[in-house]
Amino acid sequence: MKQLLILSGKGGTGKTTIAGAFIKLAESRAYADCDVDAPNLHLIRPHASPARRSDYYGMRKAVINEDSCKSCGFCRQNCCFEAINESNGKYVVDAYACEGCGVCEAVCPIGAVSLQPTVAGELMLYKEDGVFSTARLKMGSGTSGKLVTEVKKQLKQEAIDADLAVIDGSPGIGCPVIASLSGVDMVLIVAEPSLSGLSDMERIIKTAEKFKMKIGVCVNKYDTNKELARKIETFCQERELPFVGKIPFDNAAIKAINRGQSIVDVDCPAGRAATKVFYKTLLIMNS
Amino acid sequence: MKIAVLSGKGGTGKTLVSVNLAAAAEAAVYIDCDVEEPNGHLFLKPQDIKNEGVAVKLPHADPKLCTGCRTCVDFCKFNALAYIKDRLIVFSEVCHSCGGCLLFCPQKAISEKEREIGLIQSGISGNVRVVSGMMNIGEASGVPVIKKLLRDSRKENKDVFIDCPPGSACMVMESIKDADYCLLVAEPTIFGVHNLEMVYELVRLFQKPFGVVLNKCLEEENPAEDFCLQNQITILGKIPFDLKLGTMNSNGQIASRKHPKYKDLFLNLLETVRKEARHETASDT
Repeated sequence: MKQLLILSGKGGTGKTTIAGAFIKLAESRAYADCDVDAPNLHLIRPHASPARRSDYYGMRKAVINEDSCKSCGFCRQNCCFEAINESNGKYVVDAYACEGCGVCEAVCPIGAVSLQPTVAGELMLYKEDGVFSTARLKMGSGTSGKLVTEVKKQLKQEAIDADLAVIDGSPGIGCPVIASLSGVDMVLIVAEPSLSGLSDMERIIKTAEKFKMKIGVCVNKYDTNKELARKIETFCQERELPFVGKIPFDNAAIKAINRGQSIVDVDCPAGRAATKVFYKTLLIMNS
Repeated sequence: MKIAVLSGKGGTGKTLVSVNLAAAAEAAVYIDCDVEEPNGHLFLKPQDIKNEGVAVKLPHADPKLCTGCRTCVDFCKFNALAYIKDRLIVFSEVCHSCGGCLLFCPQKAISEKEREIGLIQSGISGNVRVVSGMMNIGEASGVPVIKKLLRDSRKENKDVFIDCPPGSACMVMESIKDADYCLLVAEPTIFGVHNLEMVYELVRLFQKPFGVVLNKCLEEENPAEDFCLQNQITILGKIPFDLKLGTMNSNGQIASRKHPKYKDLFLNLLETVRKEARHETASDT
């Protein structure tokens, strides 16, 4: 199974919109949403039957047993994450700040602190015509990189016979993005023609290059700033990065999305442009 | 007053709202906590830039003292340590700098060394002090950069606008922890509503007073507005979808500095936010 990952460095450039179109065009039988912080792909991939859900356990977190705690304060003194609060001699762990390092457990002289498993999110698997693996990180949880790894593992296990997997990535360049990069065959970077978009694109390209990825770049909403769109194209030429096309801003696309459709479900300029981008991307991925 | 601007997702207009509010205020501090993709400085173009590195502490074993007992390796919950061929290896990217290895080494063989993971860049842009956190490429977590950004800002007595990272995970939590008020930016699509729901859940979990700014508003239906009305969420203002504003923004210009119409829009929004925040904090106490 070949894996195509869609990234952008930044949210709002149209990763999910393009992923939705690609899934449709490829009649893909395997796809995943790795934006576990704010997954959106399911909104345009309606499913008739409910998902198979399973809890995702993140890092264990410290819990102080109130009854045995003697309030010596060793745990608080040694915590590097300021995760233990004291009020009126009572010590409580702030689960959001706790990173599960276990120092408090180890320093507690009477064994009143222990690390306990916590549910940090939920994995979801839809199995109908194809396999759709997605997840949602519980509000306020960390370790999104590990959950991304689980989403991809679930996809691989369940869709062994699929030819192409389309993976919607998460924004940024940090741990969830790095986790989503592992094992993919190509990264399509969706850039936005703005100064911020340009800066984010350069950072994501550097990140993908650091992991020696095959890269393609497209510009979404190119006509909102044609000059910067050209700049992106020139940037790609200079760096010898394959430029796979540009997609116009299109009201019809917004309407399709709001109806829960992909932009290639309706005949519109954005959909037609996305189709060209898709075939060009496939050519590069398979070359 | 510390105001955190968040949206659940990138591209909704967090940076647009925070830089324009900061520019509209008489004197303000703008802090870019989107350390993976900081953009505020592209708009504010600060001068007199000062750079300061952000480092985390990494363990380092003195080979003369280390006996290879592996106490540290067994303790480390992040698998950041290994003892291979008579030597302690540190996997720096996964180390959380908890200090456990140092604390529990029976030989006192471990000391800490600093490793730079990013930098903080500060400068001045007219009425605004601009502070941006920038995580180095290839690093897994920017949380230490955000922690330092916000620790330094605790002593500010001007209005502080915190431009948050997207999402609702650890980096966002870190960014809103100290905020007095949260400003949620939402766009009128079903993606927008879904992301708004997530940050709405987050600010309620942290019991922060908050309100919503609707961005890119069109004449047509607005699912984000419907969501606010259904859930009785305060709508602080609406920013119209407007090609001129979009172009200024994509070229890195600050609309409230360029155009009186937008100056008014953001000044009004700022007043509403201040009023709401004062009201909310007063009713809290």
